[in-house]
Amino acid sequence: MANRYSHGGDEHIFVEVDEAMSLDAFFKSIAITNAVREAKIDGVTEICPANASFQIKFDPDRIKPDDMLAELKQLEAAADKAESTMKTRIVEMPVYYKDPWTHETLMRFRERHQDPNGTDLEYAARINGYATVDDFIAAHSGAPWFVSMVGFVAGLPFLYQTVGRDKQIQVPKYVRPRTDTPKQTVGYGGCFSCVYSVRGAGGYQMFGITPMPIYDPTQQQPHLRDFLVFFSPGDLVKFAPIDRETYDGILGEVEARRWMPRVAELTFSLDAFNADHDAYNAKMLEALYAN
Amino acid sequence: MPIKVVSQGLVTTIQDLGRPGYYHLGIPISGAMDRYAMRCANMLVGNDEGAAGLEAVFIGPELEFTEDAVVAVTGADMAPRIDGEIREPWSSFQVKAGQRLSFDYLKGGARAYIAVSGGIDVPIMLGSRSTYVIGSLGGVDGKPIAPGDALPIGQGAGKAGRSVPERLRRVPGNPAELRVIPGLYWHRIVEESQRSFFEDTWKVAPECDRMGYRFREGSALEFVQREQPFGAGSDPSNITDACYPYGSIQVPGGTEPIILHRDAVSGGGYFMLGTVISADMDLIGQMQPHTPTHFVQVDMDTALQARHDRQAMLAQVREALS
Repeated sequence: MANRYSHGGDEHIFVEVDEAMSLDAFFKSIAITNAVREAKIDGVTEICPANASFQIKFDPDRIKPDDMLAELKQLEAAADKAESTMKTRIVEMPVYYKDPWTHETLMRFRERHQDPNGTDLEYAARINGYATVDDFIAAHSGAPWFVSMVGFVAGLPFLYQTVGRDKQIQVPKYVRPRTDTPKQTVGYGGCFSCVYSVRGAGGYQMFGITPMPIYDPTQQQPHLRDFLVFFSPGDLVKFAPIDRETYDGILGEVEARRWMPRVAELTFSLDAFNADHDAYNAKMLEALYAN
Repeated sequence: MPIKVVSQGLVTTIQDLGRPGYYHLGIPISGAMDRYAMRCANMLVGNDEGAAGLEAVFIGPELEFTEDAVVAVTGADMAPRIDGEIREPWSSFQVKAGQRLSFDYLKGGARAYIAVSGGIDVPIMLGSRSTYVIGSLGGVDGKPIAPGDALPIGQGAGKAGRSVPERLRRVPGNPAELRVIPGLYWHRIVEESQRSFFEDTWKVAPECDRMGYRFREGSALEFVQREQPFGAGSDPSNITDACYPYGSIQVPGGTEPIILHRDAVSGGGYFMLGTVISADMDLIGQMQPHTPTHFVQVDMDTALQARHDRQAMLAQVREALS
């Protein structure tokens, strides 16, 4: 896997680690962007890891585009030798699947969908070979997910599930994007889940909604007091299905500003994961639910 | 003492030179779309070039001053008036307590920049006062200004009667020309489309805002055939979701190019064929819908020279106003 480099005008360098998504490509993107951050190269203004690529923005008055390119190529060589482990955290995100709000929204935009006669969940379950929607939800909420990119809009995580390629869920985006998506909708497009941090336009399939705020510009939520965006690339997330009653309960706590997500620290090892996916996922969940 | 907003025009936002450093979290740089005009307006009223002012698109606001101030308006051609009396654009002028600033209809360009001596003193969020509406950041409660708002003004020491020389006032041509370095996923389209993209006359679509400018009327682009990589999505214009450079040109479905601007979505799943050079980004902020546009292919040396020329022009303004 050799990186492909391209100038993005005179202020950016765009680096594609791989055309296809994989945990290997994601790990390499994180390793190099971490190395760029540590190298403290004069003139670098933004370091943006993405799923299987990354982008560096710099001030060409301080470092010439070709010099920046040479620096990055050097760091690629160093990252290739880096250990494939990552110190991170795993977060439980409660999700109310089949909720009335995303249901109302998906019905409103039905003519923009591949399957106008069903729901987004029914469609996703069917094309991924699941007998029932509940089986599909069990798969979506089973193994944890890596936050593989944060962006599109403020604080929105893209998530990639820690399962083998044969078990990856894949769903196309809407035929034509919606002009509305409820805040905190759990969505799906391509091989990525996402959580809409704010209300707005969107093209991902809608599976449910979380009562957990992930972006708070007022910084009043206890878990967002330190910074207004909750997720960073490299975080792990476990979706936990909840019913209406639990949803309302958590929402009440959130409104009273005393809700906190369940979080545990861990070190993710790509080699150990690749040796046995199921066993490694079970170990991560053990760490999450240890206390 | 604040400025009272009587009417907001179409959409008027508080902007400075932006909020770098958070793009990896989906928070774009924001700030004035035409930074050159914003810097000039600030210099005219004796502010730091990065002070916060107002960006008014297509239609100017009406503002009532509650104390004496020095004001300058640059950028789009919409003549400022004080209590109905016309004032020179690209020049600083005195406004007395109780007087109102209003604007004529737009005659050219798209965005006017209004600087007030002392700058608009709303709270700084993540290092900037710029309004980013989607993320509810900056400005007045993260929103465009609205009637009834009181805009706090800092301490200033501007002088009336200063002017940016006419040769240093920057406006886009018609047809507009935007210089582009091909790259990113340029290889995804066939040679004929690589040619037509630069040969065709495009037109700015009505969907043009701080997030991005959309273009129409050029030929649809044809893609090099391939089996779509895992995770990229089924349309040939799709890629595995990636970060988008400012100024990058994405073409969803191969039909209508979109140039991302200061309030860019930071990433997504559409291929990009290249990037507008930094020296031409300000010009986009002054383009009206339906403006015929040519994309001009340039290399890195040209881009860096253009950047240098633009800085030299700004240095001349600094000198003229010092």
